[in-house]
Amino acid sequence: MRCLKAACRPASISILLLLSCRRAPERFGFGRPAAAHEIDSMAIAIRPDGRGLPRGSGDAVTGQVIYAAKCAACHGVTGREGSSPRLVGDTGKTIGNYWPYATTVFDYIRRAMPLNAPGSLSNDEVYSLTAYLLSANRVITEKTMLDSARLAAVRMPARNLFVNDRGR
Amino acid sequence: MKRRTLLAGAALALIKTAAGQVVQTLAPGDPTKTPGPPPSTLGTRSGFEQPRLIASDTSSRTPLQSLMGIITPSDLHFQRHHGGVPTIDPFKYELLIHGMVERPTVFTLRDLRRFPSVSRICFLECSGNFRSGKPNMTAQEICGLTSQAEWTGVLLSTLLREVGVHPSATWFLAEGSDAAVMTRSIPLHKGWDDAMIAYGQNGEALRPEQGYPARLLLPGWEGNTNVKWIRRIEVSDGPFMTREETAKYTYAIGGGKFRQFSFEMDARSIITFPSYPQQIDKGWVEIQGLAWSGRGRIGRVEVSTDAGRQWAPAQLHGPVLPKAHTRFSYLWQWDGRPTEIMCRATDETGYRQPTLSGLAAARGGHTDGYHLNPITAWEIRRDGQVFFKPEKWK
Repeated sequence: MRCLKAACRPASISILLLLSCRRAPERFGFGRPAAAHEIDSMAIAIRPDGRGLPRGSGDAVTGQVIYAAKCAACHGVTGREGSSPRLVGDTGKTIGNYWPYATTVFDYIRRAMPLNAPGSLSNDEVYSLTAYLLSANRVITEKTMLDSARLAAVRMPARNLFVNDRGR
Repeated sequence: MKRRTLLAGAALALIKTAAGQVVQTLAPGDPTKTPGPPPSTLGTRSGFEQPRLIASDTSSRTPLQSLMGIITPSDLHFQRHHGGVPTIDPFKYELLIHGMVERPTVFTLRDLRRFPSVSRICFLECSGNFRSGKPNMTAQEICGLTSQAEWTGVLLSTLLREVGVHPSATWFLAEGSDAAVMTRSIPLHKGWDDAMIAYGQNGEALRPEQGYPARLLLPGWEGNTNVKWIRRIEVSDGPFMTREETAKYTYAIGGGKFRQFSFEMDARSIITFPSYPQQIDKGWVEIQGLAWSGRGRIGRVEVSTDAGRQWAPAQLHGPVLPKAHTRFSYLWQWDGRPTEIMCRATDETGYRQPTLSGLAAARGGHTDGYHLNPITAWEIRRDGQVFFKPEKWK
């Protein structure tokens, strides 16, 4: 009798489990396949190695004009003054002394700037603004024409400032 | 004031709230002599209770000193936005998951809700949650960028299985659909562990300020990584080095170096009663507060009532949940002499909350803004008035 009980119990429990709690399937099949064109239109993030940079180009001289019109009101005439984060120079955390990747400058301006009209700049305008800010920080010369290959090749002064948190 | 509320026979008057503010509300007559308002379609707080966030240009802080228990009411949850609060139509909402996956997929909100759901209570804390400097600061001002909710949603691991993640993938990018189109890179192991796409908060849909209609929730990790209004996840083989994980949310650790990708929020606690601007009477005082850790459960909280010379264990109030605000209390008989009270938390990994000078020493003398979780001391003056005691460490 004892043996019979011991033999039956696990079986009856597993039958109950089967009835009350089915295992999740490998896939539910919810959602729809994403089309290549919708991925392309949304995937705007730029990698530090330059993957994702669009076609187009720009230079610091053109960028300075755009900066004066669309950025200076918040960041100051030279990028050192104004109410918003300081962009240029050696005082405080600027693009020149604190941003480890030039690709981040392009990515951030394109997605979030200017504050009152984010996403309104063309790729050429973003290349030009990036060139102006890098040139004002003396990372590139004023004459450098930036495109995807040249921007990916820029090495920032702050490249080796950062260490990963090892999570103590 | 609603018309039918007034019709019920009450009059408007100026009253003092429990927190001491003077506000206009119903005159408290004899409630047994006049019928009150009938049942309503939406409950409200008592006019005597008017807790408020403190809002600045960048954030709103939770009134920790007004909270009871461990849940933060949704309208008092702290806020930190990088491009304001967007309005998103839940019927047009979509989440795209792509990159190093077998089946790039678009999920509607309805799709997300069809998956098996989970609910968990956990805190969410901004890694910039520390202010100091003057005695007349409240717990809200010092430490109000932490809040707790019961979050409901689908585990991200469920969605990752659905799309089929490439074996060599190691990170993913989370992107919001706010005006900052804010992005953070997240190690993929968190996605397999306990990350959620949350659509519920404290029994209802997320509040817009918390990411309506869906957000990323990474229990125990710095607030900024919990991307709100999430629209896109791109699975990748490395971090994207976005602005928020390079120029921001990084901090000096000495030797000319800066620490990056600090995800877990370290153990912390704060006494919320008594705290500035409260006043206590001689005799028994129940010291109360909150403790939490991004690494798991709170193991113990200790309280000192003699400026840190001796420490005694506080009582933890259940439930003591992992990665969650945990309430504690300590019964103290105040003898009327000036002193300082403080608390320190130790989590289940054995990590103990440090002093500010301890943090500075571990970071080459720097305490420049992120991931600061120091012991907070309150000074009790002879008349029972309580003031913040900022720690000087230089």
